[in-house]
Amino acid sequence: MNSTLYLISCAVLSIAVLIGISLMSRVKTAVAGNLISAVSLLLGISVTLVYNDILSAWSIFAFMLMGLLVGAALAARVKMIQMPQLVALLNGLGGFASALVGILTLLGIGVLTYNYPVFMNVTSVLAIIVGLVTLTGSLIAAGKLHHLLPQKPVKWKNHTFLLTTSLAVLGGITLFTGFAGETLSTESTVIILIISILISSFFGIAFAVRVGGADMPITISLLNSLSGVAGAIAGMAVNDLLLVSVGGIVGASGLLLTRVMCRAMNRGLKEILTGKTSTTSPHQPVHAPYLDTEEEVPLDPILTEGQESSVNEPTEPKPVRPSHEEVLTTAKSVIIVPGYGMALAQAQHLVQQLANKLEEKGAEVKFAIHPVAGRMPGHMNVLLAEADVPYEKLFEMDAVNDDFAQTDLVVVIGANDVINPAARDAKDTPIYGMPVLNVDHAKEIIICNYDLNPGYSGVENPLYKQDEKVHLLLGDAKDSLSSLLEVLFHYTTR
Amino acid sequence: MHPIILLLVFVAATVVGYLIIKNVPPLLHTPLMSGMNALSGITLLGALTVVGITYIAAKQGELLLGQLLGGIAVIAATINIVGGFGVTHRMLKMFDKKKKRSNHE
Repeated sequence: MNSTLYLISCAVLSIAVLIGISLMSRVKTAVAGNLISAVSLLLGISVTLVYNDILSAWSIFAFMLMGLLVGAALAARVKMIQMPQLVALLNGLGGFASALVGILTLLGIGVLTYNYPVFMNVTSVLAIIVGLVTLTGSLIAAGKLHHLLPQKPVKWKNHTFLLTTSLAVLGGITLFTGFAGETLSTESTVIILIISILISSFFGIAFAVRVGGADMPITISLLNSLSGVAGAIAGMAVNDLLLVSVGGIVGASGLLLTRVMCRAMNRGLKEILTGKTSTTSPHQPVHAPYLDTEEEVPLDPILTEGQESSVNEPTEPKPVRPSHEEVLTTAKSVIIVPGYGMALAQAQHLVQQLANKLEEKGAEVKFAIHPVAGRMPGHMNVLLAEADVPYEKLFEMDAVNDDFAQTDLVVVIGANDVINPAARDAKDTPIYGMPVLNVDHAKEIIICNYDLNPGYSGVENPLYKQDEKVHLLLGDAKDSLSSLLEVLFHYTTR
Repeated sequence: MHPIILLLVFVAATVVGYLIIKNVPPLLHTPLMSGMNALSGITLLGALTVVGITYIAAKQGELLLGQLLGGIAVIAATINIVGGFGVTHRMLKMFDKKKKRSNHE
């Protein structure tokens, strides 16, 4: 294959990948988009094999077969509930492969003669660094998500200092490689390798242990971005155009998701990476200032007035508090708010049954999805899709937030920080300013949470203390949902 | 290929990718991420080249190292690709199947 043909195939395949991705913006075309990307990658492999004239190396196929078997088994067996950790793990593997390519290229193994040795050396070192940070960071993240490691952020002594220092060392070693000349001596190669491998592995661990629970979506997106960047840099090192372009695309997507996540939590990326995690102190719940004064959330009176005038169901006479059974059976409009607790309890199927039952008896049911609910971008959507909830019923925060005020009933399943009204006005808490779902604007609220402990942020939720319209069903979400379903069942058969 | 060209390609791909991915709704963010994840396994191309070239041209020690490390890289990247596309496909099917069902109802 001559190089013009090779260039053309690279360009075509890059465009094909982009088309595949753009098809992923709609549910109907997304499956096709994914297949197009996969086929492009397969073609890319063939082109590379032919262009480099390495078809005769049988070991390649043996290795690929091994990877294929493991990958296929993983893809077929993984439960939707384990998706965050699988994504993290696969990310790590990609970064690891890029790092290995960097190491081999730096050693001069398996490279064709190249006119720009300094560029090659520097990019090799960078590929090692970014690749290994991705690997160790992803492994820690996957361990946390799989509950092999403690969920809480771990903070070492001088954590920030250690991170900054290792970053400086890594920068230094890259510069050193750049100025070490065209051919590296054996000693300097060994030194560069050892330092970059050790320090970057350490850096990945150090930055990932400090991130916990609710900050995971951001970390995962960031690692996703890094794995792409690692691939692109490795592509520069081995002079592979397709690798560079596709790596760049992946890097961009990860970066975009990271920004989306950060915006949804109202926090800068820097805050999360520099250790200002959303938890202030894991064990001491932060009190929202107005909680101690026993005052109701100021919004309530105004809202109840507004609701009475609204055309919805006639409200129950106020003196007697309606039971949650009554509330559930009389509601005409319901919004369900799932959170990480639903994922933990694997309650998505019961949630779907609840929605069905409610619809059967004539209620309008919507789902409100907070962008950072769960442990990765879009986590709740995937779980609900698994449970056969039509995606038309899943609403993003901005699309649904104004509807809460006209809603008879909100059912919260295992969500806490994302519905915490304290985020609006409790200035000194870590969640202050984070956009939250306006659950407290609804007429009645049923909360199916495991307990009344504050969410990941450590900020107490004033909703729990509000008897006015909040019905708490504590315990396993599955049990709470079963009891709700039972109520509805008796109601319909009555 | 000249380094400048490689860097330019990188920047161009990043910008174009960013613009296209912006259109993906939050609903599909997980499949998007796992799909991108699979694509990041494209580093397989680099690993393949290394393994192939050492297999064909390298001497004893380099051959062993190239096959060993390169082989691990190929395996890791292939797992990344196959696993990534596989789960993405599974997830997207879940979204799509609902579409059909709700139309039937």
